[in-house]
Parts: sequence; structure tokens; C-alpha cells
Amino acid sequence: MLNHFLHTSWHWSVSGAAIALILFLLAWNGKVFGVSTIFRNFCGLAGARDSFFRFDYREDGWRLFFLAGAMVGGFFAGILFPDTRAVDLNPTTIAALADWGIAYPGADSQGRGLFPDELLRWNNLQAWLIALGGGFLLGFGSRYADGCTSGHAITGLSHLQLPSLLTVIGFFIGGLLMTHFFLPYIL
Amino acid sequence: MKDLIFGAIGILFGITMTKSQAISWFRILEMFRLESFHMFGIIGTAVLLGIPIVQWMKRSGMKSLDGQSVTIKILPLRPLRHLLAGTVFGLGWALAGACPGPLFVLVGNGYAFVIVVIAGAVLGTWCYAKVRDWLPH
Repeated sequence: MLNHFLHTSWHWSVSGAAIALILFLLAWNGKVFGVSTIFRNFCGLAGARDSFFRFDYREDGWRLFFLAGAMVGGFFAGILFPDTRAVDLNPTTIAALADWGIAYPGADSQGRGLFPDELLRWNNLQAWLIALGGGFLLGFGSRYADGCTSGHAITGLSHLQLPSLLTVIGFFIGGLLMTHFFLPYIL
Repeated sequence: MKDLIFGAIGILFGITMTKSQAISWFRILEMFRLESFHMFGIIGTAVLLGIPIVQWMKRSGMKSLDGQSVTIKILPLRPLRHLLAGTVFGLGWALAGACPGPLFVLVGNGYAFVIVVIAGAVLGTWCYAKVRDWLPH
């Protein structure tokens, strides 16, 4: 019974409530929920001299622990107690994937429906280009937007900020463009 | 001590991102194809519950455990900048199939190659700092 509970994926409403709880717990400890600033911190820690990257331990140190924890949490929930059933994807999406030559859920050899193996191969140039290109746009865009999904879609919208709403609209403009116009040629 | 608390909240975040399936590349594709309510349900619930939390924090002047006041940064309204910057991020979200938080959680899930995406994001951030004076803000 307990074992079954630990392995099961959560309903979207439970997941959403857990995210709101995280927002609250961070605020209670004096921090505002936002992940992408970590990339800026990494630049600072790697020695970039621009004052834009200044790493102040009192202000930024917590994020290192938070994201180290995120990896540990991923290990707990995904390696120790994985949901062995693949994500229940919409059959229409599965059919579209098949058109692109991606079998679902077979494309993820872990069988969990999390990531296609092909895009994670160290010896696959296409995987490198997609990973570096996607990452580049995420890093550039989140700094230009002054926040990512956590800072704008969760914190900013919860704060009823119009700039965050416009940014999130931008997220979807970009996401829809990539998914419908570019991705079919890239994959 | 304080750092361990943030580590613990991070663990909760990692578990939540994994169990919510928000780290799934396939879920992100499905979301942008508008073929599932799942991701919208997650974000929608978080915001619906987040609104009263933030409002209560503001009205009660909630102090953190160590007595600091908690302020959320407010950006000046610059519609072009928000839409443009958001679009750049969105292109990356759909191309990488993950947003920044889940990248770290995916590494913990055993998908080690995702550190290449993280490296790309650090590079993108660095380049933004180099060209930011020429971009509309």
C-alpha cells in the first residue's frame, strides 16, 4: 500500500498544490521562488567579471542548495521510487510522434515516458545541437525576461503582475512557434 | 542550518517535478500541441493557490522566520520587452523540452546528458549580459 503510493505519479492538482507550498516555504524562509538566476550565479562562480554576475552568498547561496536538493529529490522520486508506467500521453500526440519516427513509449529506454534516448546520446551530434541550442535560448531568454517558468508563470502570476502575464504569453508564442513550425524539421 | 532547509525544500521540489511528470519532454510537447490539460492544470492550480498566499503575505506584511520582510521584485511594464524575451525563452522551452527547474531534476533522475542543456543555458546567460545594451528593454 505505502509502496504503491510512493511509486505513483500525482494528479495535476496535487502537483500544483505542492508547487504553491514550495512558493510559501521559500517565502517563509525569506526567498522568492525563481530558478533561472542560477545560470547567472554559475557565470559569476566560474569567474565572469561583469558586475551583472556578482555572486553574493547571502543573497544567492540558497539557490545552490535548493537545486542540489532538486537533484536529490529527482533521484528519490525517479530512481528509488519510480513510476514504472509510462506517462499517459494523449494518443494524438503519440500518433504525431510516430510520424516523426519516434516510438512512444519505446523511445525512452527507461520506459517512463520522460525523454527520448536519441536526444540524450553523447555520440549524437544532433542531440548536442538541440541541447546546446535549447539551453542557449532558455538561458538568454530567461535573463532577458528576468525570470523563467518559476519566476514568472508561478510567482509573477500569483503576484498578479501584468509584466509576468505578458512574459508568459511570450513563452507560449515561442513554444507554439517552435513546436509547430520548427520542431518537425529539427527532429 | 538555513542552507539545509533550502536543500530540504529543493528535495520537495525535485520530488514534485518528477511525480507531476512536468520533467517529461513528451509532456512539454503535448502541452505545446495543446493536446492535454495536464501541464495547464499544474500551473493553474499553483497560481490559483499562489494568489491568496502572495496576497496574504503582502497584506499581513509577513516576515520570514528570521524576521526579514519578503519582497517580490516588480518589473516596470515594457510590453515589447516582455513579449520578445518570453518568446525567446519559449523557443528554448519547446526545443529543449524542459524549463530550467526540471533540467536539474532530470539530472537527478539519471538523465545525465541534460547537463549539456544546463551548459547551454549558462552560455546563453553569459551572451545576454554581453549584448543586453543593444536589446529593447
